[in-house]
Amino acid sequence: MPKIVFIEPGGNRREIDAPVGVTLMEVARQHGVEGVVAQCGGACACATCHVYIEPAWLAQLEPPEEMEEGMLENAWEPRANSRLSCQIQVTSDLDGLQVTVPERQA
Amino acid sequence: MISTILIIGGGQAGAQAVDTLRREGFGGRLVLISEEAELPYQRPPLSKKFLSRELAADRLPFRHQSFYDEHRIELKLGARVVGLDPAAHRVDLADGEKLGYDRLLLCLGAASRRLACPGADLPGVRYLRSIADVEPIQAGFRPGARAVIIGGGYIGLETAATCRKMGCEVTVLEMADRVMNRVVAPSVSQYFASEHRTQGVNIICDTRVVRLEGRERVERVVCADGSSHEADLVIVGVGAVATTELANHAGLTCDNGIVVDEYCRTSDAAIYAAGDCTNHPSPRFGRRIRLESVDNAFEQAKTAALNMLDRPVTHDRVPWFWSDQYDNKLLIVGLSQDHDRQVLRGDPATRSFSVCYFQGRELLAVEAVNHSKDYMAARKLIAERTPLHVEKLSDPQIGLKEAV
Repeated sequence: MPKIVFIEPGGNRREIDAPVGVTLMEVARQHGVEGVVAQCGGACACATCHVYIEPAWLAQLEPPEEMEEGMLENAWEPRANSRLSCQIQVTSDLDGLQVTVPERQA
Repeated sequence: MISTILIIGGGQAGAQAVDTLRREGFGGRLVLISEEAELPYQRPPLSKKFLSRELAADRLPFRHQSFYDEHRIELKLGARVVGLDPAAHRVDLADGEKLGYDRLLLCLGAASRRLACPGADLPGVRYLRSIADVEPIQAGFRPGARAVIIGGGYIGLETAATCRKMGCEVTVLEMADRVMNRVVAPSVSQYFASEHRTQGVNIICDTRVVRLEGRERVERVVCADGSSHEADLVIVGVGAVATTELANHAGLTCDNGIVVDEYCRTSDAAIYAAGDCTNHPSPRFGRRIRLESVDNAFEQAKTAALNMLDRPVTHDRVPWFWSDQYDNKLLIVGLSQDHDRQVLRGDPATRSFSVCYFQGRELLAVEAVNHSKDYMAARKLIAERTPLHVEKLSDPQIGLKEAV
């Protein structure tokens, strides 16, 4: 299983084995990663699973769709490497991916 | 000293409350009691991707079992509460177990409103609220099966879209003159009705179901005008009622929900309530409301958890809701009652538009169809009551924030 690294707000590092096919958000939530709130459960309706992707990994991800971009624009402190973790599927290529959870969610 | 906290109800609110309590440092005994046998799980997919079998059952729970073990959260699943004695601080379970508490949180949710006409209790009449309701509906899915859906609200329309996707012939019967009439503007109703019709769903408004007929199971739905709809599958989505029996019997004040204050306290100082079951004040909208909403359940649970730990915080949220039907996403934020002006932004024909509601220059609510920008921008503007130049906003090129 690919390993995904979540840096929680406050700096705690969580390394989690993630099954292929689920979303980053689901991995984070099922293991109780701090700060990934994910209220809508992956419907792209709340922007509370916002994460910052380690820049080196950005190019490996499918780019965000318009719906996600519209959500991110008004997320809490969006940056160029902002994504909604519910829109990113775990694949074997993502082994070692590191994402940072912002201090707050929208 | 608070040594035991009990939570009744394993939905969104209950699951969030245990999480917040542990994260905020509560070290005592923490018990979550749920009537359902499953780990606390998400309900919204039940009418969408879970019903269509696109989402597997192991993806429904909020957290894995290991989370509850790690945080010493005692889960009592499949456990029914039969009594609550506020004076004795005691909860009785159906199996005879008695549990004492220092603080109790009621996350009892809401139940499907039942159809009351003759024939409503025939076998085969389905409701959709919990995992257990899903399989009997799925069992009726086969190409050409005739699904009659009573009620054109969120549940009715989401289920209609899923039934259609699964190959059924679908009829929706709605009592009002348009679908989702209680929650959206006529232009949004019209858009969704037209999307459903394009997909081949037969939507009939202004019609009242008077009787269900069938010999051994339901076979047809009969309306007041005498029309009759043959059915292999009947699904009822006519709203929900707050679950208040336990609170009522215990003498807690109830009125369309368990009455709580802004701290999520009930009329008993040791008992709190959160989620769909509560009638609570909305400081932003200046009245009492009861919401069926994931966000409200989540946020009230957090508020209740902190207050149970004697850390006073108040609940003051702008509610939001969403619905997925086919490839359309409806996003709603705020409450539109009391508006004096409505602005349509964009052209529904482009499949992306929004309706904004104002009271004077203050934004009250936005209904956004495939338009996440207006929806997200509106959340802050509504909460902060930012005055807007309303006249600018009929131009959809001007963003909501640019009209400040």
